[in-house]
Amino acid sequence: MEHIISLRDVYKSFGSQQVLKGLNLDLPKDKVNVIIGKSGGGKSVLLKHIIGLLKPDKGQVLVAGEDIVPLSERELANIRRKFGMLFQEGALFDSLTVEENVAFPLREHTKKSWAEIKEIVEQKLAQVGLKGMGYKMPAELSGGMRKRVGLARALALDPEIVLFDEPTSGLDPVMSAAINHLIVRTKEEFGATCIVISHDIKATMETADHIFMLYEGKIIASGTPEEIQACEDPVVRQFILGRADGPIKVI
Amino acid sequence: MFKLFAWLGNICLSLLQEMGKLLLLFLEAIIWLFRPPFRFRLFVKQLEFVGVNSLFVVLLTGLFTGMVLALQTYYAFRLFSAESLVGATVALSMTRELGPVITALMVTGRAGSAIAAEIGTMRVTEQIDALTVMAISPVQYLVVPRILAGVIMLPLLTILSDFVGIVGGYLVGVKILGINSGLFINKIYEHVDVDDLYNGLIKAAFFGLILTLVGCYKGFYTRGGAEGVGKSTTQSVVLASVLILMFDYVLTALMF
Ligand SMILES: Nc1ncnc2c1ncn2[C@@H]1O[C@H](COP(=O)(O)OP(=O)(O)OP(=O)(O)O)[C@@H](O)[C@H]1O
Ligand SMILES: [Mg+2]
Repeated sequence: MEHIISLRDVYKSFGSQQVLKGLNLDLPKDKVNVIIGKSGGGKSVLLKHIIGLLKPDKGQVLVAGEDIVPLSERELANIRRKFGMLFQEGALFDSLTVEENVAFPLREHTKKSWAEIKEIVEQKLAQVGLKGMGYKMPAELSGGMRKRVGLARALALDPEIVLFDEPTSGLDPVMSAAINHLIVRTKEEFGATCIVISHDIKATMETADHIFMLYEGKIIASGTPEEIQACEDPVVRQFILGRADGPIKVI
Repeated sequence: MFKLFAWLGNICLSLLQEMGKLLLLFLEAIIWLFRPPFRFRLFVKQLEFVGVNSLFVVLLTGLFTGMVLALQTYYAFRLFSAESLVGATVALSMTRELGPVITALMVTGRAGSAIAAEIGTMRVTEQIDALTVMAISPVQYLVVPRILAGVIMLPLLTILSDFVGIVGGYLVGVKILGINSGLFINKIYEHVDVDDLYNGLIKAAFFGLILTLVGCYKGFYTRGGAEGVGKSTTQSVVLASVLILMFDYVLTALMF
């Protein structure tokens, strides 16, 4: 199997807090890869390492075989063109309308005319259930709507690799299902590699090709949904069954 | 005693570090200034924000500064019967010193703080990260247009401030205190050089650079949510004001 992204022995600390502790991860190409793990466990931090927003204290981050850790911002920019990213909080530009937000990457990185761009924007917004909302400002949207605009923006350029930080949290069940469907379609239609962080175990089992469990700064389990469900590890079992008692201590 | 030195040393070190980072951001902005694309729309928007929107406060403060200058110098000059020099004094003070400084301090309060708040908010809500992820340099997109607008707009605002300041001085000196109008104006021509004006404008351009750069810098390195944005905003005003007054001395010593 071809791996588009690999992390090798990655360490990352913030002050005295160790978040990633020798993490190894291989993400297969053209698949939906879902990363699960407890809240505050470092999933968003992991995602930011993949796109070079954070640099590891130690270790390698390989994108299509190239270590991006020593690269300059300018060299990174070239690699980032392959990516789209949905931030956990949306990170919409609040001085631009919804339409301008989604159009932003298209205007910056393509030579398309405004009419063509507008058409793509309409289509992307319709895909996330926000048809006709293009004129609104981000501050006028609900949390779930902002997230979906972020999703439309991440997909605007039909990127090769898309990072989704909790795409369905805060959405109603029907909308969640639609977004999960959209992620699978993104993979199937555009051959994109999707890297998804999710807390929705049930949906993960349905949409994921591969699941990775992050715990205590390492990947402790990985495999297909069936393999994960059959996993004997007590930490994994507790997590996917959602039990309060077990090796993962909350209090 | 030792503690005091340690404390002072720490302050100096952090100040130096801050200046270093500020300088690095400036150099980065210079580099990005010469790389395509040139973002004309953003630049025009900032010209409007930094310049046009500051017009009213700048005119108002310029006017009153000129008026109070005339009043103060009149009472002092009357002691040795040199009232006719009030106009020249007001004009010299405005063009060389007070026009640039007062304008810069007002724009710092109005636009410098807003720049820090806006960029700081973009930082804490990950909008800057979003730009980076989209392979767009945040320095080019956010910092360059603002600095450029500051460097261009401050001299223009300063000319206006100089002018209304002198007008204010004229109103008080001639209309209220009764100095001879012809004398007032003649003495201005006699004592004020075009160089005085130019040097003041060079200062103003420097101040425009300082106040926008500091605003961008403080915004860029904002940490810690809404509270952090508040802190950066205040700090940007304090730091920019201090730097403006320090550079004012340095530039004055160099130029006059
Ligand atoms: N910029 C930062 N500075 C300091 N600490 C940070 C920073 N970013 C993350 N952390 C810390 O790293 C840890 C992991 O954070 P992260 O956001 O990756 O969690 P997460 O797994 O995404 O959680 P959630 O599921 O709730 O989003 C947290 O304890 C957080 O306090
Ligand atoms: Mg997170």
